[in-house]
This record gives sequence, structure tokens and C-alpha cells, in this order.
Amino acid sequence: MSAKTEAQVVLRLNSITKTFGALTANDAVSLSLHKGEVIALLGENGAGKTTLMNILFGQYTADSGTVEVMGRALPPGNPRAALDAGVGMVHQHFTLAEGMTVLENVTLGTRSLWSLGMDRAAARARIAQLAADFRLSVDPDARVGALTVGERQRVEILKALYRDARILILDEPTAVLTPQETDDLFETLRKAVALGLSIVFISHKLHEVMAISDRVLILRHGKLVHEGRTSDTDRHDLAARMVGAEVAAPKVAKGVPGPALLQLGAVSTPDEGNAPGLKSLTLDLRAGQITGLAGVSGNGQAALAGLIGGLRSPASGTLMLNGETLPHWSPRMAVHHGIARIPEDRHKTGTIADFDLTENAILECYTDAPYSTRGWMHWHRATEFTQEIIKTYDVRCPGPTTRIRLLSGGNMQKLILGRVLEASPRIILANQPVRGLDIGAVNYVHERLLEARDGGAAVLLISEDLDEIMALSDVIHVISEGRLSPAFARGSMTPAELGIWMAGHGFEAEHAHAS
Amino acid sequence: MDLFDILLSASFWTAAIRIASPLIFATLGELICERAGILNLGIEGIMVAGAFAGWMAVYSGVDLWTGVAVAFVVGAAFGLVHGLLTVPFGLSQHVVGLGVTLLATSLTYYAYRLALPEVTSPPKIEAFQPYEVPLLSDIPLIGPALFAQTPLTYLAFALVVIVSLVLYRTPLGLALRAAGENPAAVAAQGLSVTGLRVGAVVVGSGLMAVGGAFLTMSAFDSFFFEMVNGRGWICIALVVFGAWRPGKALLGAILFAAFDALQIRIQQTPMGANVPYQVFLMMPYFLSILALIVMSRRAEVPAALMVPFNKGER
Repeated sequence: MSAKTEAQVVLRLNSITKTFGALTANDAVSLSLHKGEVIALLGENGAGKTTLMNILFGQYTADSGTVEVMGRALPPGNPRAALDAGVGMVHQHFTLAEGMTVLENVTLGTRSLWSLGMDRAAARARIAQLAADFRLSVDPDARVGALTVGERQRVEILKALYRDARILILDEPTAVLTPQETDDLFETLRKAVALGLSIVFISHKLHEVMAISDRVLILRHGKLVHEGRTSDTDRHDLAARMVGAEVAAPKVAKGVPGPALLQLGAVSTPDEGNAPGLKSLTLDLRAGQITGLAGVSGNGQAALAGLIGGLRSPASGTLMLNGETLPHWSPRMAVHHGIARIPEDRHKTGTIADFDLTENAILECYTDAPYSTRGWMHWHRATEFTQEIIKTYDVRCPGPTTRIRLLSGGNMQKLILGRVLEASPRIILANQPVRGLDIGAVNYVHERLLEARDGGAAVLLISEDLDEIMALSDVIHVISEGRLSPAFARGSMTPAELGIWMAGHGFEAEHAHAS
Repeated sequence: MDLFDILLSASFWTAAIRIASPLIFATLGELICERAGILNLGIEGIMVAGAFAGWMAVYSGVDLWTGVAVAFVVGAAFGLVHGLLTVPFGLSQHVVGLGVTLLATSLTYYAYRLALPEVTSPPKIEAFQPYEVPLLSDIPLIGPALFAQTPLTYLAFALVVIVSLVLYRTPLGLALRAAGENPAAVAAQGLSVTGLRVGAVVVGSGLMAVGGAFLTMSAFDSFFFEMVNGRGWICIALVVFGAWRPGKALLGAILFAAFDALQIRIQQTPMGANVPYQVFLMMPYFLSILALIVMSRRAEVPAALMVPFNKGER
């Protein structure tokens, strides 16, 4: 796509500043967007991208600065005005009512609340037209709860287009998509641009930014630090500008696989609501090896993580630890046998928000010596342990008595990492270990995991980020609807090939072959 | 007189529909609140307040329909208290609901004592009289049951249709249901979640109060303490029984009322004389629990029921 500097400016942000207490989320940020242009907004977590877009969309009010759409100033703090001016936002977390149909979600709020009747026929025709124009096929009468993530995103985009949006803001739109779904999304975005829409694309993923955008803007600590044509830059340059220094991803040497520590033999678990259970899954976790589990979220990762973490028992099949079958299986047994867990949601299941750092650090071992003996706690030992973690793992905090809810995501994750790794685990279940962390913290977590692997631990890395899986894993499996692909050695598959498995293809042939 | 005779008698069905009427009003009220995401446990107290307010207004000299309006406004006022505390302030809906029930009940008894300090038995009013719809009321069995009731009963049935139409056929109903499914979706479309939710609680509470007023202005002609007697709690169960749908909730209300009417009649049979009467009193509740277990298994709860919505939080 060529630069269109002469084209009409459709959106202008003038020196937007927004503070939350002592934190300056946006510091005098100005930008402009032209008709038919795609700009990428890049930055680490906490750099202020989402805050900036929420100000633009009227969900926050800026401390100073103005927003102009099509040359007219928007009243601050009014999403309605932004919508009416033609700004459509596709949020990172979808804002859809799952119990309602696509049609209902799309038409919500588009007619006066006091008007009688809905005119569904006209709405249906308009949705069909938009779907054809923008390649967004979706059944208007389907319940949103029954749609895939990719389809839900199409509904979100349809919602914006239905309201005649001329400017689309997409906040991390590809985070939940397979590579193929991402290609479809880009196809839709190109159609939109061809029809004269303008797009703000927020992302972490540098190759996508390179693929779709005309211009790149980088935010760091709330300040705009770079603005330039995409064609004038490359991925390494952008990464460096994002964190303010050259980023060195950890060097990944090949692992030396040892014996299988955990073996799952044809394990099945029942489905739980919409979440599929495991379907006759066979998996070996070997010492000194990182096993990557790729897949679109909600395809059985939760069931597998729950099984290994002891939260679930297999309905059929065998689970062997160090070559032995266990009589019963529970979270306590898992901890006891040296399975360390980095949970997917550190806020919900990894920590107790209102407990302090010490209490959180010993959550898994508080019944064991030296932290307690004969039913009495020895808090000084626990505090020493916590101080050790804080020092070794560089947890930035006021001290061990701080409530953990006050820590940033990265520091919280470092504490969990310390808690897990200090116990010298044999098996590490790392479920989305870097979700929501900035690049510095990501590299740190990855380095520690590689270190643990080299120390002889078996690591299961579950992630929705294919780049992370491909960078770290010695062997890769793909999970889809509870079924597991064969093991692929490092470097034997391209992202596109893995994407085919992630979309659920290849399993039938595999099954026919096996039986 | 055996069971079969009872079920085929017009007087039984007439009684069942009459007993169902206050439940229909209050169940619709609760349903509107819950569809917007707010559990309103103030229902029991609001029904007491409505029963008193409507009756007292008529006793003070206004006409019956103005009395109904007064009951609605009093209920709406308690709904506003509930709505403001639970929606913009985001307080626990359980605690606020029970608080509103206690507040409304106590204020009612206090007001009763202030208004009628001397009386030993509460005065009577000229209550709503049954209106026989020409021709239709002559149909055997269902004629007297459905078309020889008081105007408030007809209003209750009309409201079932109106609430259904509003919920499923208007943009307002769509926005209301969305507020109970995912308030973030409503906010993202530039609509006010607070406005929708508080509005739903205010209107819903008004309907609950009219349900209470039915007792003093249509079923009886006077106000007694303990008159509402747990009907509000039954209505909360009826909303679940009806799977948050007005039509099904209507069926549930009639079913419960039929059990209630039935137990009174069975008590008077020879068989009933040999069993302690408390067993029969218990019967409608017991059967309701059974029906609830069967019916509510597949019910789809509004996803954001009892989930407060704070702007700017994810």
C-alpha cells in the first residue's frame, strides 16, 4: 500500500494527556489518520495504547488535548458521540452478549430506544450486504455463544460497519486468531481500506504490523517515540524502538531429552460445557525438553492443564509419573510429585489478591517443613523464603508484606515463577506464562524456563502465541477439539502448516492411519 | 367430591386465576429486573408496601385506579432506592434487596400505626368487583375462570403480552436484555447501562407493588399484617421456573395458584379430614420445588445477573 499523505485527514488527536494517579498513561500524544490509510499503534503492555484509544472512543476523558473526527471536535467522554461521528471500535475483549443472536448484537442500540418494532427484515438485508461487501460471512440468526472466536470478531466488525463506521479501531485483533483467520481478517481490512475506510491497528506482533500498515506509531511509557512509514523500517528496528534498547531474545540451544517423566496414555476427559475434554490423548513429557502445545484457546488446553495440575482425573486412559501408575490423583499429589504449575490466569488461580507476597509465595507448600511443623506456622521462614525470591527474581515491590494485588502483572508473574522454580520441580506446567507481559519480562520468563529445562526439568509450554511456541519448544504438538497432533520436531513445520492443524485439519487422517 | 370433580369445577379455576393474579404482576416485575441483570430481593417488602399504599389511598378517598397508580409509584420509589444502591454504587444485590424488604415492611407497619392509631380491626374499602365479559364469560369452565374476574386480573394478563412484546420486539427490550447478558456490549454501543438497569428496577418494583395492591384492592377489601406471606419469594422462584420468559412465568404462576386452590378444597374432603392441614398448606410449595427442579435444569440465566458493571473496568 502506498502512502497517502495528500489524502483527507479523518482523525486527529491533539496533544492528549491522561494521568491515573501518579502514572502518566498518555503524555501529549498527537497523531493523525488519513482516509484509506492503515496506521499501526505499537507498544509494550502499559505503554498507553489502549488508554489512548479509549479516550478517542469516549470511554475515558482526557486531562487535556482534543479529538477531531472529520475536522470536527468530539465532545469528551461520550462513546455515543464517537459512534455517531463514525468511529467503530473492536475491543480486545469482545463486547458481545453471548446469549443473543448475531442480528440482535449488531442492531443493539442502533435505533431509538423508544421506537416501536425492530424491522428485522431490513436489518437482515443490510447485514447480508455488508457481509458480501467485506467478506464477513456469518449467520445472522446464530447465537453468538455458539460461534468460534474468529466468527465473533467478524460480528464485532459488522457491528461497527452497520453503524456506518468510517474509522475502525482494532485493539489486538489477531491475539485470538489462527494464522488462517488472521489472513481472512487482513483480507477484510484491505477491502475496507479500498472502500475508503481508515484503520487504527493495535498490536504486539511485528510481522503483522509490517504486513498490514502504511505507517507505524510507537508508544513508550505514554509518549509517542516513533512515527514513520512502514516501508522505511523493519522488525528489528521496531522492536528496538518499542523497548528503547536492542532486545535480545534468549538464545535457544537444543535441549537434551532425557527419560519420560510424565506419560499420558490414551487419556480422555469429559467435555465441560463449551470446553471440549480430551479425546484419547497420548503425550510424553521428557526431562530436559520443552514440549510446546499450540492451539486456538478453548480447544482442550484447559482440560490438559487441569489434568496435569491434578484438578481433574482421567475418565479413561493411564497417567504415569516416572513410570509408575498412581492410585489416585489430586492437586496435592501433583505438587507432592514435583509438578510445578504456572497457571493461565495469575489473578484468578495463581494468586490470592488480598494476601501478601509471603502468603502467596508459600501457597503450595505451607503444610510442609520448614514453613510449618506440627500444625504451626513459622512465618519468619516463610518471610525469608519470600525475600529470597524477591531478590533472585527481581520482583519490584515495597516488601514481602505488600498485598499482591498492588503488583504489576510482570512482577506478579516473577513471584509465581520464583515460587515454582525454587522448589526445583521435575515437571513444569507453564500455561500462557507470558500473557500480558512486556518484552523485557517475556524474555526473563523464557530464560528461566530454558534454564529449568537445561537443569533437567520437563516443561509443558501451553500458549496461543505461535511465535513463542516455535521459538522455545523442542517438540511441538497442536491441540484441536481435545485431540492431539503427532509430535513435530523443532523447525520441521512452518507457521502455516501448524495453522492447518490448529484449524482442526489432519486429525482424521492421523486417526485413520493409527487405527 | 373427588379430585376429578374439583378439577372440573368452574369455581376452582376461578379461584386459581384470582390467586395467580398478584403473582403475575410481581413475577413480571422481578423478571424485568433480572433480565436487566439485577436480582431484586426487595420484592417481598415492596409488595407489602404496595398492598398498604393502594388500600390506604382508596380509604383516604381516591378512586380505585388512582389507588393502583399510588401503589405503583410507592413501589417505584423503593425500586429507585434499590437501583441506585446496586447499580451506580455497585453494592451487593442480596444485602440491598433484603434491606429494602425489611425497610419497606417496617415503614409500612409504621405508616399503618401512624395513619390508624386507634383501630382494632382494619377498615374495609369498596374493592374492585368482578366484571363479566359479555358472551365470553358464558363459555363453560374457562368462561367464569378467565372472563369473570376483576379488571386488575385482566390487566395482569395484558401485561404478560405487553412485557413480552417490549422485551422481544422493541429496541428498548433488546437493550434491556443485553444489559443483563453483557453490560459492556451495551456501553460499547453508547447506551447507558446505569439508566437501563435503574429504569428496569424502578418499573419492575412498581409492578411488584401493584401485585401487592391486588391483595388489598381486589382479592380482599382490607389490609392485614402478614398478608403478603412469602408471595414475593414465590415470585423469585417463578422467574426461574419460567426461564426468564413472561409466557412461561405466567404458566408457572397459574400452576402454583392451582395447587394452592386445590389444597384448600382437598382439606374439605373426607380424605382431608384425616390428615393434618399443614400437610396441605405445604403442598403448593412442595410441588413448586419439584416443578422447579424439573423445569429449571435447562434454563438460561441472564449471563450478567448479579454482576455489577463498572465503567472503565474489564
